[in-house]
Amino acid sequence: MIRLDRVTRRYAGPPPRLALAQVSLAVAEGEFVAIVGESGTGKSTLLNLVAGLDLPDSGSVSVEGTELTTLDDDARTLFRRAHIGFVFQAFHVLAHLTVAQNVALPLALLGHDAGATRARVTAMLAAVGLDDRGASMPHELSGGELQRTAIARALVHRPAVVLADEPTGNLDPVNADRILALLRECVRAEGATCLLVTHSHHAAARADRSVTLTGTGLRAVAVASAPR
Amino acid sequence: MSAGALLWRAVSGGALAGQRGRVALAVGAIALGVALGFAVTLVNASAADELAAALRTVAGTADLQIRGPRNGFDENVYGRVARDPDVVTASPIVEVEARLEGHDEALRIYGIDAFRAAAVTPALIGIAPEPLDLLRPGRVFVSPAAARALAVAPGATIEVQSGLAALPLLVAGLLPAADAQRFGVMDIAAVQDAFARHGRLSRIDLRLRPGAPHASVAARLRAILPPGVTVATPAAHADDTVRLSRAYRVNLDALALVALFTGALLVYATQRLAVARRRASLALVRALGLTRRALVGYLVAEGALLGLVGAAFGLVAGYGMATIAVHALGGDLGAGYFRGVTPTLVVEVPVALAFVLLGVAVSVLASYLPAREEARTSLAAALKAGGRGSVVHAQRLPHVAWICVAAGVLATALPPVDDLPLAGFLAMALLLTGTLAALPWIAKTALAAVAVPRNVPAALAVTRLRATPAEAATSLAAIVAAVALMVAMAIMVASFRTSLTVWLDAVLPADVYLRAGAAGDSGYLSVDAQRRIAALPGVARVAFTRWQSVEVAPGSPRVTLLARDLADDDVARTLVLVAGPRPAAAEAPALWVSEAVADRTGWQPGDTVDLALGGGSYRFTVAGIFRDYARQHGALIVERRVYRRLTGDDVANEAAISLAPGDSAGTFAATLAQRMPEATRMAVTTPAALRALSLRIFDRTFAVTHALLAVAIAIGLAGLSSALAASIVSRRREFGALRHLGMTRRQIAAMLVVEGTVSSAVGLVTGFALGGALALILIHVVNRQSFHWSMDLAIPYALLATLAAALLAAAAATSLASARQALRHDAVSAVKDDW
Repeated sequence: MIRLDRVTRRYAGPPPRLALAQVSLAVAEGEFVAIVGESGTGKSTLLNLVAGLDLPDSGSVSVEGTELTTLDDDARTLFRRAHIGFVFQAFHVLAHLTVAQNVALPLALLGHDAGATRARVTAMLAAVGLDDRGASMPHELSGGELQRTAIARALVHRPAVVLADEPTGNLDPVNADRILALLRECVRAEGATCLLVTHSHHAAARADRSVTLTGTGLRAVAVASAPR
Repeated sequence: MSAGALLWRAVSGGALAGQRGRVALAVGAIALGVALGFAVTLVNASAADELAAALRTVAGTADLQIRGPRNGFDENVYGRVARDPDVVTASPIVEVEARLEGHDEALRIYGIDAFRAAAVTPALIGIAPEPLDLLRPGRVFVSPAAARALAVAPGATIEVQSGLAALPLLVAGLLPAADAQRFGVMDIAAVQDAFARHGRLSRIDLRLRPGAPHASVAARLRAILPPGVTVATPAAHADDTVRLSRAYRVNLDALALVALFTGALLVYATQRLAVARRRASLALVRALGLTRRALVGYLVAEGALLGLVGAAFGLVAGYGMATIAVHALGGDLGAGYFRGVTPTLVVEVPVALAFVLLGVAVSVLASYLPAREEARTSLAAALKAGGRGSVVHAQRLPHVAWICVAAGVLATALPPVDDLPLAGFLAMALLLTGTLAALPWIAKTALAAVAVPRNVPAALAVTRLRATPAEAATSLAAIVAAVALMVAMAIMVASFRTSLTVWLDAVLPADVYLRAGAAGDSGYLSVDAQRRIAALPGVARVAFTRWQSVEVAPGSPRVTLLARDLADDDVARTLVLVAGPRPAAAEAPALWVSEAVADRTGWQPGDTVDLALGGGSYRFTVAGIFRDYARQHGALIVERRVYRRLTGDDVANEAAISLAPGDSAGTFAATLAQRMPEATRMAVTTPAALRALSLRIFDRTFAVTHALLAVAIAIGLAGLSSALAASIVSRRREFGALRHLGMTRRQIAAMLVVEGTVSSAVGLVTGFALGGALALILIHVVNRQSFHWSMDLAIPYALLATLAAALLAAAAATSLASARQALRHDAVSAVKDDW
C-alpha cells in the first residue's frame, strides 16, 4: 500500500539539513501504523512525501501502486484528492463553512452529486457523533468536536490512506483518548490505511505497529516494532 | 532594552519590519494626500499673497479708496471729496486695460496726478531721467516685470490700442515696484485724452488726517458720492479680488482632502489586517499583563509614526508638485483667475505644520479603530483564534450609518456659509461615512443575493464572502470611496459640459462676432464705427453690446452689465432662462439677471429694483433669471436703447452680426478688412471658434480635478490590492489545508479571483450608487453655492460603463496577482504549525 524505498531528503537551508537519509518503510493495506520520534527526526518530512506534498532527493515513494516521484504537481494533487485524507493537529476546519459543508468539501472537489454527498456526509457525521451539529459553525464547536469534524472530512471520500499528524495534540487526555479510538474505529470501518504521527507513546500503543524515527547525527533510522 | 522598548517591539516593531511593502504603501498614500493638499494650498496662498501684495503696491498708503464702475465716474466728485476736513491728500487715478498692439493681452495703465500720488502711492512714481516726462502725454513708465515681459527698456516705444486706433507710447523710465505685476503709469490727463475718458476717474486714493476715524469718514463721504460709486479700505478691495478665486480654491482643497481621506482608508485597511495577523502575539502580550488601553496606545503610536513619516514625505513632494504646477498651469492651477501672476512659493511654517498634523491625525484615527476593536476582543478567543479561524457574526446595519445618511440628506438643504458650500461638503462627507459604516451590511445583503455556483472554487469563494462581510467591507472601503468620488465627478463634469454646450448654442446665435480689441477695455466701437459696420455688404443684422460694471449689493464685488441691442424674440432665443420672463412696465424697464446675481440679491422675476448707472439711480423690473457660465460673479442685461438713454454712453464693445443668406464669415472678414482699415485691431471670430475656445477652457479648468481624482482612484486600487494581499497572506493556512484536501493551485487561484471580483463588483455597485448621490449634491448644492451655476443632469453612461469594466478587470488582475504571490508558498509551510 505504502512503500518508501531508500528515501533521502535534504533541505537547502540555511542551515542545510539532512531530514531523511536512505529511509525505507512498507505499510500494508489496512494497517494502522504509528510513527514516533523526537522533534527534528523527519516525521513531518516523511508524511509530506507520502502525501505527495514534497518530493525526495533520491529514492522512491509509492502509494497504492502509484509512484509519486514520477508525477507533476497537478497529478499529485489529483492523486491526493482521491486517495488521501488528512487529520491535522490544529483541525484546519474552514471557519466560514458549516460543519456539514466542511465534511462535504472533499466530495465536492471530486464532483459527487448533491444527493450522494448529502447522504454520505450525514452518515459520516453520525459515525463521528456529530449528527446534530451539521448546521453549526466551527466557532460553536469544542476542540473535540472540531477534531471529529476533521476525522469525518478525512474519511468522507473513502480514501485509501489517512495521514494523521498529532491529532490529539490540542486535546485534553480524555478527549484525546476518545478521538484516537474514534479515528481507529472509523479508519477500520472504511478499510483505510493510516499513518499516525505522534509524540505520545500512549497514542502509539493504539496502532497496529509503531515505527520510530531516531536521529543519529544527521541520519534517521526506521525501526519497526513488533506488530500488535 | 527598556521595558517600554521591549513592549513596543513585542506589539509593533516586528509587525512593521515584517510588512515593509504594506507599510510603504500606507505611508505613500498619506504622503500623496498631504502632498496634494499642501501643493494646492501652497500655490493658492502664494498666488493670493502675490496678488494682494500687488494690490498694496498700487494702493500705497491710502486709508480709503473711492471706486466707480468700469467706465469711471464724474471727476467733479474729486473736488467734493478733497474738501472733506479729514482728507489730507486725495490722489485721482484713471485705470485702463490697454490692449497691446500685436498681442492678445493687455497692459494695465494707471493715469496719475504725480504731485498727489507721490504722497500716497510712491511706487507709481516713475524713475525719470527727465522729470517732466511724468507729465508729458505719450510717455509711459513701466514696472520692471512689464519691461521684462515686453522686452523693452527706457527709450523704447510700445503701441497700445485706443478705440480702433494705435497709440504709440515712449517708455520714459521704470517704476520702483518690485513685485511681479505688469503695469504702466502715465499722467492722468494724458490717459483721459488718449483713451477717451474725458472728465472720468476710476478711483480716488485718500490719505486721512492722523487719528481720523476711517469708518465715520467713509460714512460721511458715502453720503456725497453719486450712485454706483463706493468708498472702502484698500484691504477690502484686495479681499474682494482674492475672494474671486476662493470658491475654486476651496473646491480644490476639498478634492485634495479627498485624496487624504482615501489614503486614511488605506491605512485603516492595512492596519486592521496587520492587527488581525498578529492577533495571537497581541493576545499573548495582553495575557502577560498589558492593559487594553496600553495596547491601543501602542497600536495608535504605530499609526502616528506612519502618519508622521508620510506627512514629512508629503510636504517635500507637495513643494515639488507646487513648483511644477505653478510653472505648468500658473498661480490659479489653470482656472484663469490670476492671469499674469506667477507666484514665488513661500512656505508658511504654520500651514506646513497643519498638514503634518492632518497626516498624523488621519493615521491615528485610521489606526485607532482597529486598535480599539482588537482591545475589545475576548482574550480567550484571541488566544484560540489561530486554531479556529475568525469568528463570524451576523451583520446588522449600524445606527451610525442611518444617522450619517439622514444627517447628510438634511445638510443638503442648508444654505452656504460665507458664500462657501460647507454644508454641501458636510453632506458629502456624511453620506460617504454612512455608506462606509453600512458597508458590511451592504456586502452581506448583496452577497446573499448572489447564487452559489456549482463550480467548487467559485462556490467556496461565494460562501466565504457571505460568511465574512466585514472583511469584504474592509477590503472595499477605499475602492468604494474612490469610485464614488470618481463617479460623482464624472457625472458632474458631464452635466456641466453638456449644459455648457447647450448654453453656448443658445447664446451664440449670430454668424460672426466682432470685438473692439482682443483684450483689455481700451478698444471700443464709436458711433461712426458702428454705423459703418452695420452698412457693410452682407450684413443682415447687427446687435451691439456695451459692457459696464455695476454694484448690485452694497459692499459686494461689482457685476458685469451687458447693454444689448435686443430684438423682440432675442430674449427667448438667446438667453437660457431659468425663471421668467415677466413683463416690465415702461417706467421700470426690463432687467435680466444671472443666477449669481439672483442668489446674491434674492431678486426674483417681477421685482422692481434700483440700479446705479452713469451717476444716477434708476428703477428696473427683473424680467427673468438667466443661466450664465461666462461670468461667475454675476451679470445683468438691459436693452442698449435704455442704457443709452439713461447714461448717454453710445459706444459699444462688441457686435453680433447675422449675415445675409449666402454670405460666409470668411467673406465678411475680407469685406471688413477692405472697407475698414482699423479692422486689424478688432477681433473677429465665429460661434464655432468661440465654442471650441470655451470648451477648451472648460477642459483645462477641470484638468487639475481629473488629475486629483486619478490619484484618488490609484490610491483606492492600491487599497484594494493591499487589503486583498493582506487577506490572502493571512489565509495561507486555509490554502494549505485546501491543497491537502486536493485543490490544485489553479483552483485556489480561481477561488481568490472569484472572491476578489465578486467583492469588487459589490464595491463598484455601491460606489456607483453613492457616486450618483454625491453627483446630485455636487450639481445642486456645491456648484450652485460655489459658482452659482445651475446645470441639467447628464449621465455619461458609456464613460461610466468603461470605467466599471476597467476597474473590475483591475480588481480581477489584482486578485490574481495576489493569489499567485500567496501560492508561491508551498502547502507544507502553510500548515507548518502542524507538521
